[in-house]
Amino acid sequence: MTTPIQRLNRRALIKAGAATVAASVIPTRWAIAQTKPLKVGLMLPYSGTFAQLGENITHGVEMVLAEKGGKLGGREVQFVKLDDESKPELGPQNAERLVKRDGVDVLIGTVHSGVQMGIHKVVKESGTLTLVPNAGNAAVTRDLCAKNVFRTSFTNWQPAYAMGLALGKKGVKKASWITWDYAAGTESAEGFKQGLEAGGGQFVSLLTLKFPETNFQPLLAQIQGLGVDAIGAFFSGGGAVQFVKDYAAAGIKVPLCGSGFLTEGTLGGQGAAADGIETALHYGDGLDTPKNNAFRAAFKAKANREADVFAVQGYDAAQLLAAGLEAVKGNIEDEKTLHAAMEKAKIDSPRGAITMSPQHNVVQDIYLRKVTNGQNKIVSTIAAQLADPGTGCKI
Amino acid sequence: MIEVPLRTTRLLPHTLLGRIGLVVLAAAITVLPWLVPSYYAELVTSAMIAAMLALSMQLLVGATGLVSLGHGAFYGLAAYVVYLISPENVALPIWITLPVAMLVAGAAACVVGLFSLRTTGFFFLMVTLAFGQMIFFVFHDTKLGGGTDGAYLTKPLISAFGATLDLPRKQKYLGTYYVALVQLVAMYLGLAMLLQTLFGRALEGIRVNEHRMRAIGFDTFKIKLIAFTLAGALAGAAGHMWALHRGFVNPEIVGWHQSAEALLMILLGGLGSLHGPILGALALTGLGEVAQLLTERKLLVEGLVILAVVILLPRGLAGLGSRNTSNGAGDRHG
Amino acid sequence: MTLSSFLAQILNSLQYGLLLFLISSGLTLIFGVLGVINLAHGSLYMIGAYTAFVVARAVGSLWIALPVAMLGGILLGSLLERFLFRYFYKREHLDQVLLTFALILLFEEGRSLLVGNDFYSVPIPAALDFSIPIVEGFSYAAYRFVVIVCCLVLAAALFVWIERTKMGAIIRAAAERPEMVDALGIDPRRVHLTVFAVGTALALTAGALNAPLSSVYPNMGDNLLIISFVVVVIGGLGSVSGAFWSALLIGLIDTMGKAYAPKASGLAIYVLMAIVLLWRPNGLFGQRGT
Repeated sequence: MTTPIQRLNRRALIKAGAATVAASVIPTRWAIAQTKPLKVGLMLPYSGTFAQLGENITHGVEMVLAEKGGKLGGREVQFVKLDDESKPELGPQNAERLVKRDGVDVLIGTVHSGVQMGIHKVVKESGTLTLVPNAGNAAVTRDLCAKNVFRTSFTNWQPAYAMGLALGKKGVKKASWITWDYAAGTESAEGFKQGLEAGGGQFVSLLTLKFPETNFQPLLAQIQGLGVDAIGAFFSGGGAVQFVKDYAAAGIKVPLCGSGFLTEGTLGGQGAAADGIETALHYGDGLDTPKNNAFRAAFKAKANREADVFAVQGYDAAQLLAAGLEAVKGNIEDEKTLHAAMEKAKIDSPRGAITMSPQHNVVQDIYLRKVTNGQNKIVSTIAAQLADPGTGCKI
Repeated sequence: MIEVPLRTTRLLPHTLLGRIGLVVLAAAITVLPWLVPSYYAELVTSAMIAAMLALSMQLLVGATGLVSLGHGAFYGLAAYVVYLISPENVALPIWITLPVAMLVAGAAACVVGLFSLRTTGFFFLMVTLAFGQMIFFVFHDTKLGGGTDGAYLTKPLISAFGATLDLPRKQKYLGTYYVALVQLVAMYLGLAMLLQTLFGRALEGIRVNEHRMRAIGFDTFKIKLIAFTLAGALAGAAGHMWALHRGFVNPEIVGWHQSAEALLMILLGGLGSLHGPILGALALTGLGEVAQLLTERKLLVEGLVILAVVILLPRGLAGLGSRNTSNGAGDRHG
Repeated sequence: MTLSSFLAQILNSLQYGLLLFLISSGLTLIFGVLGVINLAHGSLYMIGAYTAFVVARAVGSLWIALPVAMLGGILLGSLLERFLFRYFYKREHLDQVLLTFALILLFEEGRSLLVGNDFYSVPIPAALDFSIPIVEGFSYAAYRFVVIVCCLVLAAALFVWIERTKMGAIIRAAAERPEMVDALGIDPRRVHLTVFAVGTALALTAGALNAPLSSVYPNMGDNLLIISFVVVVIGGLGSVSGAFWSALLIGLIDTMGKAYAPKASGLAIYVLMAIVLLWRPNGLFGQRGT
């Protein structure tokens, strides 16, 4: 995949490491903080199931740097990449590698929410500026929120809430939610329930399956008996492909909808089985704005594949970082100004305008999309500038 | 008849050189945090925690000949116990958390042992795996311990006999480091002494030939149960240390991969010695660090190293350069 | 719970149970006859599924992929036995555990190098890509019936081979009394090679057969490995008929647990295993311990 690039980076990193060691040995009073390159740690999955997500996020981050002429806030940027393998038990150790061993100034990561918990623990203590480019576990911007942690992706609650709201407004009376029994699943279920009830519908039940199993048959066989008008689902990646295919093969009459990840990056595998499924997400196909068109063209030129929501999230993490660093002219030590600037930043994202909530989670439009001709075509904006409740956060 | 008891158990270093080596290693680890950046000190802390887990497992594997795939569950359980008994934002002193964690882990091991020690060999492996997975599912599938994403806990206070070690934030890692070192050394010495008692030799006898031990009147089930319980409690000490070090619990630390890693450390270090697991843990942690720096394919390196060790070094690192080859694999059939 | 959905769940249980049987029959044979604990058995299942994916993508037909996976399994099994496992029969369980743990890592890394880390779905052959309504509001993909039939055919072939052929008799003897084989003057190496190759082929075939239903993804064999060990232990080591009944039982309990008590389903099979072992320490159909 991107091995040659990464190998180059690693070699550069080792050289840089040697230079750092030398620098710390030789007294360097000439070294002025601002001229030192800014070290940005990318702690992302570069192997395992989520490898492609990690790569797309990385491309997004690198694109911003290229746009800014290789500098953020006037400082050169040096990337330190680390494969987190999506292993939660290694999360704290890997985060410390970047924060303490490599001494990064900024950490961007990660995809897996269990690993995020490990990163969050470390950076809450160290105070390292951290941008979350994917993991949607609510806790990071709710009861565990931190002044140095910002999220440019979503909370699991956001798209599911919007989906529930859309159903309720459409006049759906009763609906159930199907997901894996893990944090992201139960958080999305909570969002769906609240949205549906806000729209005037009634939440019937939550069906769960152990994560990450893909034997959905026992759940599918129950759906007819639930007496609901719609089924909402939160699955992602491989599980989503399989679920949508099995749902179609089971010939269930109840319409299926879901959090956008149900059909995100999975349509190739789902084929005709996904036709007509409505989902809610903060991005989609057919978003015809100059910003998005330029972004997609640049991404394709760089990565030689179509951009996706993960690339957007990585791109915006870097945009937010750039906004903060420009406000402090590269002096990352000036935390107060830096954090304030990031809180106030208005980012022109490929997905539309985004801002930060007081809890440092992204505030964004959520779109209703419908699968048409193998694309998640945007139908309408369900919830404009939707913010996560952010319950329990004290910054 | 049982062989004449050895002067010391075969698990302890027999040569003067070996003993000096251990003392030098301990001294090196003692002064290390003053010589290296804090990251490396913390890396050694995690290696010492892994060493404690592997050492507690050696009591089963190397000393008694019981290979368990559920041992890591007691380790993870103890970490969760710290989480469960610590009120939010109140740090309990370790003289409360450590005994409670060890007690719960030991009690759980005792119950699991009562069931699993009725079986042997492959069945024992599977039953311990099953019980370990049961504990895993309790934390993975229920809200008890924060569910799949895990949870944060308030790290216990390093405090004993009324005195509390209160270091500034930047130096807290030193406290954790030395607490781990003290526990590791205590565990090593404690096990070394234990193995020289009649109980220790009985374990050795069970490992070599359980039928004979039973025939000459030893209640082998009871002896194995005590060893299993004790090993569980010691794994609990390691798990408690993880909680103290990381302040974070996650279901993965309860899973069977923990047991496999500990087994790997034992094998890497050598089955036939008590210091082997410590060497194995240090070596594996170092290997992980180097592999992570040099290659994308960390697992490939790990797999090849394990393969090479299993094929080429059946007696582990501790077996390197040792003349005494009579303790080879042949006599360990259970 | 309605009666019709209950019937659908029975069918689900049967299909899942039969799949478990294909995987665990190889495991139980390999353990029973060779005394080797193969933690990499789940990876063999994964290799089978990826073989189906790669072949089906290349030639466009699953019907070619299935025999390729089966023959590939025989070849892979023979190579593993001849060059690796043969040297580990006399080693202790711990070494076998670590050897096969290393194999898991190497197989997964090999998969990652050769095919990548993406999730891929394997298309169901066009002729079978339809569903059959079985109860109101729930249809069953025709391919699922094909899987059930294939599993039953393979199970029957396995039984005939074990119960009615000379090789089968030797294998049964080897599983129950290893010293018998030596006493009869049979070359044990041939028996070992055959058993390992067949066991591996069964795992690969199971993976290939189920690939259109499960899709292929990294570490896909992990969950099935542990559950297959449970099947083997409950059925009794080395007993193919034990594995058959125990796989169906586990399939039933797991499916019903998922459907009606999802919180308890993760635990249920382990509790069952503990109970069985306390009641019959050698499993339901087991002849001997180890």
